[in-house]
Amino acid sequence: MQYLLMIHDTEAQWQTMPEAEAGEIIGRYVALGESLGKAGKMLGGERLQPSHTATSVRVRDGETQLVDGPFAETKEQLGGYYLIEADDLDDAIKIAAQIPAAETGCIEVRPIWVME
Amino acid sequence: MSVADEITVLHEAHYGRLVATLTRVTRSLELAEDVVQDAFAKALTSWQDGDLPDEPVAWLARTARNAAIDRFRHDRLHRERLPELTHMTELESKTETDFTSHPALRDDMLRLIFTCCHPALRIDARLALTLKTICGLNTDEIARAFIVPEQTMAQRIVRAKQKIGLAGIAYRVPDSDELEERLPGVLAVIYLIFNESYLSSRSGSVRGRLADQAIGLGRTLCAVLPVYPEAKALLALMLLQHSRHLARFDETGTIVLLKDQDRTLWDRPRINEGVELINYVFEQGHGVGRYALQAAIASLHCQASTAANTDWAQIALLYAELAKIDPSPVIELNRAVAVGEAHGPEEAIAVLSGISESRAMQRYHLFHSTKAEMLLRLNREPEARTAFEKALSLASSDSEKRFLRERIDTID
Repeated sequence: MQYLLMIHDTEAQWQTMPEAEAGEIIGRYVALGESLGKAGKMLGGERLQPSHTATSVRVRDGETQLVDGPFAETKEQLGGYYLIEADDLDDAIKIAAQIPAAETGCIEVRPIWVME
Repeated sequence: MSVADEITVLHEAHYGRLVATLTRVTRSLELAEDVVQDAFAKALTSWQDGDLPDEPVAWLARTARNAAIDRFRHDRLHRERLPELTHMTELESKTETDFTSHPALRDDMLRLIFTCCHPALRIDARLALTLKTICGLNTDEIARAFIVPEQTMAQRIVRAKQKIGLAGIAYRVPDSDELEERLPGVLAVIYLIFNESYLSSRSGSVRGRLADQAIGLGRTLCAVLPVYPEAKALLALMLLQHSRHLARFDETGTIVLLKDQDRTLWDRPRINEGVELINYVFEQGHGVGRYALQAAIASLHCQASTAANTDWAQIALLYAELAKIDPSPVIELNRAVAVGEAHGPEEAIAVLSGISESRAMQRYHLFHSTKAEMLLRLNREPEARTAFEKALSLASSDSEKRFLRERIDTID
């Protein structure tokens, strides 16, 4: 089964974090990506630019409306994602628990809707 | 016994087992439930003249299997599973309940239990699903037991089943690490079901019968996981607590405190079974957990001939042990009661002042009523009255309110 692991965390923490610590966390992301790749479970995954760079787009009555910023202002922001292949939900949860942000923020695990 | 009664007994004993096996062979919880329910409905009409088959459980298993085969023939999506279903072995159709000698049946049951109690499901959904698929209660009964509208309960169950299917909650036996990790969650589900009925005065009601369902689940869990002492401890705890249920309420539905209960109403066979189980757990000595400690406390209450003869000092020590595993103001509150009985009201008040800052305790009627009882024993009536009144303002059940008013009246 395919799952999207959405990484939610407070992005402001990166601004005050010592460089060595940030480097260590990024290193853990790289290692996780590599191990998922080797196991054939990595289908995709990227880090996102900060949420203030987001543009929210809506089309109403044929008119495109833009809002500068993310879909919802929340304490934690979507900062990246992994698209993975996992045996089942338990397997996906184990992978989600290895994401560094799981220790400070929250990983939302969503099954992919498979089109027949 | 009428045919309908016999079918009820079979339903209680075998429903979950049949669903468990049918779920494995059909790989659909939904379908398994449907065909097992159909089989019981069919039994009701086929056996109505008193003509029971020699092996009724085998008959039910075969009937459910045949119904599943029938549905698969008409369903293109499931047709590929026909061969496996047709070859459902003799063992499975016989539906033995001896889990120790039939690992395949034990695994079926484990799969079903750990799926219904999966931590990715909301806790209320876990309770509902467990009662529906393992105990075979219908949605209406579960709704009445949890005092929610039937539609709400139906939606809760549908949502949970959808999540199992769509989110890929696997129908499999957890490996030994996972089992260790998830067992406490399963025990918690069973104990929550039990506790729903604990304060229900009407033992014949659906809500009151949840205690029997929980004890049945506890027995099944002990049968499939015989080496886990906490499962036995939970069963012991439930048996011991439930042994007192007839004495816990008077004819008006008012709570009767442990010390005032008619001990001849306590269920001796249940007490004996519970005491035997908990003694076994302590003798094995693999480190005792929270259920074992609570069961040990309950066993001391149940074995005392009178309230005054209770081994309160030992109970106070067991609560102190429990507080180490599970530090919580509620446990301290219970310890205060035991300390009060064993060593006097002054020492109890000292324990209570240790938790008086807790906001949960400030809002908990039993904290204030316990304090009031201890103050009363020290002849500090005005303070006792204030504490009782605080308790009354926080109590939610009618029987508790009635009880507190009576206590206040005794001060006047």
